[in-house]
Amino acid sequence: MTLATPRDELALVDLLDRLLTGGVVLTGDVTISLAGVDLVNISLRALISSVSILVEQ
Amino acid sequence: MGPGVTDTLLYVYAVTDADLVDAEVDGLSAVDDAPVHVIAEAAVAAVVSAVDAQRFDALALKRSLEDLQWLEGVARAHDAVVSRLASHRPVAPVRLATVFTSTENVRTLLRTRARDFTAALDRVRGRCEWAVKGFVITGHTAPATSAPAPGLSPGRSYLERRRAERDHRAQNQHEALTEAAALHDQLAQLAIASRQYPPQDRTLSGHRDEMVLNVAYLLPNGEESEFRQVVDAYQGRHLRLQLAGPWAPYSFAILEGDQ
Repeated sequence: MTLATPRDELALVDLLDRLLTGGVVLTGDVTISLAGVDLVNISLRALISSVSILVEQ
Repeated sequence: MGPGVTDTLLYVYAVTDADLVDAEVDGLSAVDDAPVHVIAEAAVAAVVSAVDAQRFDALALKRSLEDLQWLEGVARAHDAVVSRLASHRPVAPVRLATVFTSTENVRTLLRTRARDFTAALDRVRGRCEWAVKGFVITGHTAPATSAPAPGLSPGRSYLERRRAERDHRAQNQHEALTEAAALHDQLAQLAIASRQYPPQDRTLSGHRDEMVLNVAYLLPNGEESEFRQVVDAYQGRHLRLQLAGPWAPYSFAILEGDQ
């Protein structure tokens, strides 16, 4: 099980590479900033643990 | 939610020129399938949709981001909106999950940072992003070691073989890295800008081979043929290369002063 996706659809890992580290950083009203490295790590940790769970199954 | 407390928030996908009209974003598939609309102010316009505050307020968001399926849904919707716009106009994509409590607050943002947004849009106007990834080809087998030197004990012979394989792998890795650096130099010369990403974890990428190159390049629209030729020229020597694009300029639409 990998995060590879059907043709023409970006792999999730490539998409998150861009969406979590690229794009314009604005201070929204809900100031949980995804610019925060911690948060990126949280989601990547979530990714990794989800993947390993899938692999184990 | 108590009375007077807003139960929806505005999710901002991207900022573009102020000539964007609602008709252009009609039917785009947004987060939670909500209709997408345009807030124009000063010289720029934000593309937004309403999202449920229960999922997107600060506390909820922190939890939500741990939910991979949810994160993927939001990421794909975000990219769908941004990509559609980027296919025919300059776009500054906004970082994933940026939300505001009111239209007025979005207007204030656009007004106060109009000049920065315009500069960012000018940097990507008529340009798009291409991604190049390189993986070390490990398929080459070690040099023939089937005939051990005569007189070596089986144990010694095994160790010699292991050492030869290790040397071969190190050499292969070294050549792959040298090639990756040379390739990047050539591609960077053809590109307006480039941005290096850390190699992706093998678990995440789903590729068995080690990634040694993961770079985004900014190219003029429709001018990737020479770029593609350079990638093709390096293909299959020590690197397996993937060229992907055109993408919205996620890596290059950066506001001055952003970290």
